[in-house]
Amino acid sequence: MVIGLDHYLIISAVLFTLAIAGIFINRKNLILLLMCIELMLLAVNFNFIAFSRHLGDETGQVFVFFILTVAAAEAAIGLAILVVLFRNRRSINVNELDEMKG
Amino acid sequence: MDMQTIFSASAEIFLVIMICAVLIVDLFVEGEERKVTFWLSLASLLGTALLVLNNTPESREFIFDGSYVNDPLAGLLKIASIIMVGIGFIYSRKYLIKNNLMKGEFFLLSLFGLLGMLIMISANSLLIMYLGLETLSLSLYALVAFDRNSSIAAESAMKYFILGAIASGSLLYGISWIYGVTGSLEFNEIALSISQDSSLNSLPLWFGMAFVVVGIAFKFGAVPFHMWLPDVYQGARTPVTLFIATAPKLAAFALIYRILVDGLGGVQDAWQGTIMIVSLLSLILGNVVAIAQTNIKRMLGYSAIGHVGFIFAGIFTGTQIGYSAALFYSLTYIIMAAGAFGVLIALSDEEQGDQLEDLKGLSQRNPWLAGIMLFIMLGMAGIPPWVGFFAKLDIINAVVDAGFAGFAVVMVLTSVIGAFYYLRVIWFMYFEKAQESKAIVVSRDIGAVLSLNGLLVLALGLFPGALMQLCISVMN
Repeated sequence: MVIGLDHYLIISAVLFTLAIAGIFINRKNLILLLMCIELMLLAVNFNFIAFSRHLGDETGQVFVFFILTVAAAEAAIGLAILVVLFRNRRSINVNELDEMKG
Repeated sequence: MDMQTIFSASAEIFLVIMICAVLIVDLFVEGEERKVTFWLSLASLLGTALLVLNNTPESREFIFDGSYVNDPLAGLLKIASIIMVGIGFIYSRKYLIKNNLMKGEFFLLSLFGLLGMLIMISANSLLIMYLGLETLSLSLYALVAFDRNSSIAAESAMKYFILGAIASGSLLYGISWIYGVTGSLEFNEIALSISQDSSLNSLPLWFGMAFVVVGIAFKFGAVPFHMWLPDVYQGARTPVTLFIATAPKLAAFALIYRILVDGLGGVQDAWQGTIMIVSLLSLILGNVVAIAQTNIKRMLGYSAIGHVGFIFAGIFTGTQIGYSAALFYSLTYIIMAAGAFGVLIALSDEEQGDQLEDLKGLSQRNPWLAGIMLFIMLGMAGIPPWVGFFAKLDIINAVVDAGFAGFAVVMVLTSVIGAFYYLRVIWFMYFEKAQESKAIVVSRDIGAVLSLNGLLVLALGLFPGALMQLCISVMN
């Protein structure tokens, strides 16, 4: 079997769906949410590299470097907010994020 | 890199240098008032604004190998964003000092956010757009959590962060498909390849576009991707809410305009329906749910969702008139939003002071503030001659012209529903008794800017012609 563009795109779509499902199904732990967000970005990277290789154009690969950098910054901010939240609440349970309603 | 490139991007370059300067200088500033940081931030805004004014070309020009664009539209949006951030600083100063939040970080994060907005506004490639968007979003997440001892601020920051990250992920996934189909990241090249090869207008491109539209709707806070917006408006400190409610709306306008119109204008039929549904839902849900709110910041959050519905309505028409009407609407809306949150900031004593009840009897405690709020509420409700009326009329005109008369009826009906909760604020201010009689004192500088802001809502309503002309001319 020859592994072609389609296979990479399917893998990427599966990863992306897993990440989204993880975000919406997970009701316990905020750290898992952060991991799902990372997974989502990695799925996108997969897509970019597959397309870049297929088109013979390096721009997509350059984009991946930027996404990796931004993902690192995003994780840092997310964890910082998580720490602030934990200091105030003593809990990082997703279900308890319900102080505001309406 | 030639001199032309440097001149065209000089505003952004200057802003980066000034941010670094503020960062360093703030380390050596002592005292609670942070006067040096405050004035240096305002000075950097002024310098950036002057550079934008100086370097806005008559017609569109591309720099940095086509990944950056400088045109009159970018000039207008940039100037307006810079002014909004400046006004926000002026309104916030006393509040921050009083609440012991006068830290250099507030100004730094706001300026970084502004940098992200300027980059988004001038982006001509999906990569640059994404980077600008992230610079803005990451600053906003941190700004919302800025008051570290507040439990609701932390909660709303977390919600904002997670939903914002999903939005970025969805946008990126869409971008990767658009890149794969068209083989380019620059908007004009994407448009070119779509127009040359009509077979591209098929499922893979639509698939990518759907994800991009979801990402854009998330960033705007349009229904059904609005969940974060009321919580963030309520949870963040009022100066931060003011920041989020004003300038980023213009950046979001640039985001939707550059991607959907400049880049994907050739497949307008494919995105028109989606944007229309999102607009319809936002109009209905935003205006109806706002009625039930008791927290005024939350109410203004839902009202913002309704206003986003109007902006989207201007976009989905797909005509030049529609785009310029949407631009006019965005500009006037953020002027009103800045005024509304400015009044709330001026109102708030030591406690947050953000309940609708806190406005009771405002006309007895401070008639001047009540008058300004009256102007703004009438403007938002769209009652002539205040500016909101012409903004709404323009959009409805464009929608009818494009052949969606039924949609225009919905817009009028939801505006009538919306008028109820704006008028209720006025009722509270003028016809209810104040819970306490202590007069509210507003310092002179804030009072002056607020008055100007309130009068602008009326003045633009009496003479909307000049700004409308400007909006039409920058779109061509």
